[in-house]
Amino acid sequence: MRFTLKVWRQKNAQDPGHFETYEVDNISPNASFLEMLDVLNEKLIKAGKEPVAFDHDCREGICGSCGLFINGRAHGPLPNITTCRLYMRHFRDGETITIEPFRAKPYPVIRDLVVDRSALDRIVQAGGYVSVNTGSAPDANSLPIPKPVADKAFDYAACIGCGACVAACKNASAMLFTAAKVAHLSLMPQGQPERRSRVLKMVKQMDLEGFGHCTNTGACAVECPAKVPLSAIATLQREFLRAALLPDPYAE
Amino acid sequence: MSTTTIESPVITTPSVITWREGDPITNSKAPSGDLSTRWARHKDSLRLVAPHNKRKLEVIVVGAGLGGASAAASLGELGYQVKVFVYHNSPRRAHSIAAQGGINAAKNYRNDGDSIWRLFYDTIKGGDFRARESNVYRLAEVSVKIIDHCVAQGIPFAREYGGLLDTRSFGGAQLMRTFYVRGQTGQQLLLGAYAALQRQVALGNAKVYHNHEVLDIVVEDGRARGIIVRNLITGEIHRVAAHAVVLATGGYGNAYFLSTNAKLSNATATWRAHRRGAYFANPSFVQIHPTCIPQSGEYQSKLTLMSESLRNDGRVWVPRKAGDPRPPHQIPEEERWYYLEEWYPSYGNLVPRDIASRAAKRVCDMGYGVGPTGRAVYLDFSDAIKRLGREVIYQRYGNLFEMYEEITGESPWETPMRIYPAVHYTMGGLWVDYNLMTNIEGLYAIGEANFSDHGANRLGASALMQGLADGYFILPYTIGDYLATQLFVKLSTETAAFEDAERETKARIQRVLSGKGTRTVDEFHRELGKILWDHCGLARNAEGLTQAFQQIRALRERYYKEVLVPGTGQEFNQNLEKALRVADFLELGELMITDAYHREESCGCHLREEYQTPEGEPLRNDEKYAYVAAWEWKGENEPPVLHKEPLTFEFVKPTTRSYK
Repeated sequence: MRFTLKVWRQKNAQDPGHFETYEVDNISPNASFLEMLDVLNEKLIKAGKEPVAFDHDCREGICGSCGLFINGRAHGPLPNITTCRLYMRHFRDGETITIEPFRAKPYPVIRDLVVDRSALDRIVQAGGYVSVNTGSAPDANSLPIPKPVADKAFDYAACIGCGACVAACKNASAMLFTAAKVAHLSLMPQGQPERRSRVLKMVKQMDLEGFGHCTNTGACAVECPAKVPLSAIATLQREFLRAALLPDPYAE
Repeated sequence: MSTTTIESPVITTPSVITWREGDPITNSKAPSGDLSTRWARHKDSLRLVAPHNKRKLEVIVVGAGLGGASAAASLGELGYQVKVFVYHNSPRRAHSIAAQGGINAAKNYRNDGDSIWRLFYDTIKGGDFRARESNVYRLAEVSVKIIDHCVAQGIPFAREYGGLLDTRSFGGAQLMRTFYVRGQTGQQLLLGAYAALQRQVALGNAKVYHNHEVLDIVVEDGRARGIIVRNLITGEIHRVAAHAVVLATGGYGNAYFLSTNAKLSNATATWRAHRRGAYFANPSFVQIHPTCIPQSGEYQSKLTLMSESLRNDGRVWVPRKAGDPRPPHQIPEEERWYYLEEWYPSYGNLVPRDIASRAAKRVCDMGYGVGPTGRAVYLDFSDAIKRLGREVIYQRYGNLFEMYEEITGESPWETPMRIYPAVHYTMGGLWVDYNLMTNIEGLYAIGEANFSDHGANRLGASALMQGLADGYFILPYTIGDYLATQLFVKLSTETAAFEDAERETKARIQRVLSGKGTRTVDEFHRELGKILWDHCGLARNAEGLTQAFQQIRALRERYYKEVLVPGTGQEFNQNLEKALRVADFLELGELMITDAYHREESCGCHLREEYQTPEGEPLRNDEKYAYVAAWEWKGENEPPVLHKEPLTFEFVKPTTRSYK
């Protein structure tokens, strides 16, 4: 297959950036999107040009490293899939493909298609955990958890942290990311002691990082490779209101 | 151990692969006496550091996979000052995240007779008697605490309808001791450790440096004193000092270029530690997984693992006529060669991993392979679908069929899968004592980065167990014993050792950047991978290894002349990162070959073709090779020195592994 690629090139965070056009040829339909970029890069290096920087690692859809904005969609034309799991047979021979980084104010560009997503780590730092020290846990079976609860919690916990939800959102909101963690832990009994403080702190941090607000378009859930359900956001809203408006039953 | 070395003369036959034999390793610090109380007694003998003193001690943790993140979180909780360095853009991206199957623990929740002893026994035997009894027993012992802790973190483990934890069987074990979280156990356990680490970051006990790659280990007077690290975004080189350094940098399967490992996984930190004096143990012990999606073209960047459970219902075959161009469904039954069923009538398609892998290679070497590259065999479900119906097969393998179709564009419902073995895990790694300390004082290696508890072959669902055992429940105790001696050490990066290490690192960077060649780093890496795969993969022999050694050495010489790395060192430069990693793989490759060559026996998943029965069963040689081969670096193009740590088996008598 043959493709024309319009690729965003940006030397560093200060550089304004621009599109460059490249041609690639002889691409197998079974090559992954990232392997197609590998081929382009080998060609660029041999021609004495700078290869295109892009994030990747596991290349099987779980590490959350990769993330390209392809033809106007986070992770490309297919729903609920990472860029690394996108194959060239999903494109038309001869097609022009536009490739950009995930764009959001809290994601500064590092180079070309690589952005800094550490804002997401800071949201987790604000409270996305159960405060339990190693060594103090009771026996694992001392607390039964209904199977449907554990299964539902897993649906939320499956988030891979790729940040596509932010890129897909017209408001660059990180609601789905934050909500996935809040919903997961608010369902699990282990998450109860910090349930109120967790949601307040995580939402506060989300705002501090400059992510936008949610207007319930659902664009995030369409792209989410981990298929985190949109109900996570409803849960987050409920948890937030409960924590913000109702009196704390344990307050002194 | 690192003191005087009495060296025997260079071993000269045959002349190409050479090494010297040094002193044996006699003090692994493994306790003696009653097996079940060894760890408890050892813990009680370790020195402690008082809480107010812990704050004064700094520990560097390199890598944040299961081992690194759990260690960093636990050390932070104890009150040490922890600095974590990861080359990823977040500590949540480490390759532990890709582990699917599960984590073993001797909980005996099933009432099926599991015990610490049984998990210990299975692991020792599975490793084909090439691991320390003391270590493996401790691993089995702490396995139960791992599950308790991970549940307390809120990880949504699979549960029964009664609300208690579900388990399943795995990899030939006769017990159901594998805990799991759907098909994403590694991800959930890693996110648990990651979250625990983030909590320590929020509390100010730990600091994470993302996009930072460790390029050297600084050793002063035989002690680890810090690291040289490159900020991958700006290209700046920094010196960082600490009272102890923990390497949790994973395995080196990517030396083979194509493997199931994540693309960035590399051996640089462990290899640099090795060059600074740390012994590298059993480097040729590499696990190869039989059921992976084969390479479909030269462009391919990695191989994807398919669960081994597929062999329960799939039949493996190739066309009887080599190079048969017909699509599989047009090949009549009598022209299909079910070679596993023919060669191994009693086990058929369910022979162990290593046998299945080698048989696939053998038929492909004979020219019977299928697919565009001829390096694949069919795994056919049509009989099972006829026998059991679509519904049953869907229940068992639906998600795997979908994954296969997504990657290959072919539906296993319509046409047989194509599979081929791939490199998956490395049992070898830095040599460590019972305290997980390398032979360099204050330098620790945990998880897949150490030579580990898996001997010559790792059992399924044991990698997650070992990573978390090391990080949560072993290192936090043992490191205190060393740190207690470091309380009054004033840290400084203005020393000759730091100076030298920084200068050498910059020279290495300059060396790969100054190549004025025409070939890309990946071209060299592919070539190295092919040499290793052909001669130091599934089956090895002296002649092939000798050839491979020469080829790698020649390749290494060409590398610096012919490689072309664009850009500079003072910017975000992914090709430079890759070039440095491949330079280290080229050196490690030689040591892997040397180790494979020196071990004149077939053990674990490694077949030395000269040592097998006429039926093709591996022949282990306990008399000569019941030891850990710990290699000491002596310089580029210098023969390494072999230190043997003898393995004694007081509790489990070595037996021949049999699948008949």
